[in-house]
Amino acid sequence: MNTQAKKNFSLKAALLFVVVLLLNIFVHGAIFMLFRDSTLNPLLTALFAVIWGVAGVYLLYLSFSWAVEQFPEQISRRMLPYVFIGPAVLLLGWLLVLPALRTLYLSFFNASSDKFVGLGNYLAIFSDRLLATALRNNLLWVFVGTLACVALGLLIAILADRSSYERIAKSIIFMPMAISFVAAGVIWKFVYYYQPGTEQIGLLNAIVIALGGEPQAWVTMLQPWNNFFLIIILIWMQTGFAMVIFSAAIKGVPDDILEAARVDGAGEIRIFFRIIIPYISTTLLTVTTTIIVFTLKIFDVVMVMTGGQYDTEVVATQFYRQFFMYRNFGYGSTLAIVLLIAVLPVIYFNLRQIRKQGGF
Amino acid sequence: MAGKKKKKGKKWLVNLILGIICFIWLIPTVGLLISSFRPAADILQTGWWKVFPHQEWKTTDTIKLSRDVDLRQPIEVNGKTYSDDQLKAGVKSGDERLIWENRRNREISVQKPGWVASTRLTLDNYKNVISGKEYTLKGPDGSETKEKGTGLSQAFWNTLTIAIPATVIPILIASFAAYAFAWLRFPGRKTLFAVIIAMLVVPLQVALIPVLKDYTALGLNGSYLGIWLAHSAFGLPLVTYFMYNFISQLPKDLFESAFIDGASHFTIFSRLILPLSVPALASIGIFQFLWVWNDYLVSLIFIGNQPEVQVMSMKIADLVGSRGNDWHLLTSAAFISMLMPLAIFFLLQKYFVRGLMGGSVKG
Repeated sequence: MNTQAKKNFSLKAALLFVVVLLLNIFVHGAIFMLFRDSTLNPLLTALFAVIWGVAGVYLLYLSFSWAVEQFPEQISRRMLPYVFIGPAVLLLGWLLVLPALRTLYLSFFNASSDKFVGLGNYLAIFSDRLLATALRNNLLWVFVGTLACVALGLLIAILADRSSYERIAKSIIFMPMAISFVAAGVIWKFVYYYQPGTEQIGLLNAIVIALGGEPQAWVTMLQPWNNFFLIIILIWMQTGFAMVIFSAAIKGVPDDILEAARVDGAGEIRIFFRIIIPYISTTLLTVTTTIIVFTLKIFDVVMVMTGGQYDTEVVATQFYRQFFMYRNFGYGSTLAIVLLIAVLPVIYFNLRQIRKQGGF
Repeated sequence: MAGKKKKKGKKWLVNLILGIICFIWLIPTVGLLISSFRPAADILQTGWWKVFPHQEWKTTDTIKLSRDVDLRQPIEVNGKTYSDDQLKAGVKSGDERLIWENRRNREISVQKPGWVASTRLTLDNYKNVISGKEYTLKGPDGSETKEKGTGLSQAFWNTLTIAIPATVIPILIASFAAYAFAWLRFPGRKTLFAVIIAMLVVPLQVALIPVLKDYTALGLNGSYLGIWLAHSAFGLPLVTYFMYNFISQLPKDLFESAFIDGASHFTIFSRLILPLSVPALASIGIFQFLWVWNDYLVSLIFIGNQPEVQVMSMKIADLVGSRGNDWHLLTSAAFISMLMPLAIFFLLQKYFVRGLMGGSVKG
């Protein structure tokens, strides 16, 4: 093929590409509009959405791949990867990466985002009583919640490994992981329920009375201890996660090492601390960071249980309050950025880990 | 194996401790489930554990005193005398107990201990919560119209409408991207992948304010499309990472032989990679589906208070706020919202656990 023909070929392909691009924009734009303004029966909408989601996305890739293949081999080989990652990058860029930067920008401005205040919002977080309470509680959640989840998860994993009912026990502990925090909130609100009088229908108060104590309004009174009663819900839900992963790791400890230790006369507790713990240390670290990240963003439980009242506010609920109720975009953004700063070490850790594994 | 035998001596202890822990873990959910079937009045009067047989004082007889008995003096009943306070609290005589049944009418109950169980169970709570109660509204002209409050069934379908596309779309998009990251070489690959990894743990909150602004400008707020896109974007990093881990582990010869046959990347991906990835797709699909199903924050922000698109978690959170003491509604509503996750959990536990272990760090 001479250069002239090659050029013509490229030109034709470029034209085709533009046509495909326009066609896609037009078709998907039209469907987009249709969905936005549709008043169809929700079930039908869902059905169409699934069809669009599957067929539309598939056709999107198909058409672009085809268009790119019309280019000469060298060019198409370079373009194709971007067709494959394009939609993912665009979606992430629009709805996650750019917003994060915009939030950072907004955090330097006042409530209505029209006056630059520098680090004013960040200073306010540590002086405003409500915000400081949120920060304190969040730390409580992270420390107590994570510690309890990891410790209990490890204990149960070890016990389950040695018991005759491993499968069923693990299912029971793991089950709360599947349900929503809102439903879990209802479950535990009922456990903590307090009503005046001697007949208590909340399990906790009934137990307290049976033991000769006084019934309490656990979640509203007793500040700041009420936070612990909320944290118990997190422990109830997340311990299963820790347990499942620890359980798999423990099974990976080679039998002959354990055997050798036992022959040397090491007790079970010594084996646990000297062999099992060091052996699963990487898993321990991963699970711990995962639960920390999860706990930092805790929102649903607090929202359902107290709405952030009675000094149970955490950063995420305070964010919601500032953003939606007080319309204070400055504080709202700043709180979001505080959360982001808190996870930065984890991001760094993850990136290093991936680089080590996959040669990135 | 010798070690396993040696441990047997303590096995009952291990089983016992584990049993107690499991019992504690299970009991809150059991309480919810039982309560959801009890009549509204029963729930508020007695604890749910009273549905199990337990010992309680049962009235076997009533004694009616004459009207002229002075309650301030010791009261004589069956030849013994008791004070008014004693009768108020209940007083034992032999294996019987005497207690005021109606002080003003001078009636005393004679009770004996017996086994009882308050086993009145009903499906009414579920009916009420699913269909919504009827309200009578008065128009300005005095005419009355009956209107049904949106029940949970509407919210159930809304949740499904949101959850299915919000699972399918990101998984497709992420799988294509994962394939490119794993098997194609292009400038910017490392940087873009690093960005995706970084986004894994980024808290959603950092995106919400600007995205809501964009949505308001585009008219996407409170629409299905908006929430699908939001969930897709927020789920993408994890799904991409998960699928990358799977697809990059596939044997290299697979691709080479297909390439020699002249297949394009698109063909390889859709004919070869996708079918091979079904287990991985199922795992991460379940994970994403449950995440969307259980989500509260994203719906709260992007759906707001539009009742026709509200999802179940919002509906239940609203119920908690407005009808906090109506336990018959709360318990049944919460249980309905748990049905789907529990069904998935018990039927597809294998995939669920795999999805969870593959990528548990979600923003």
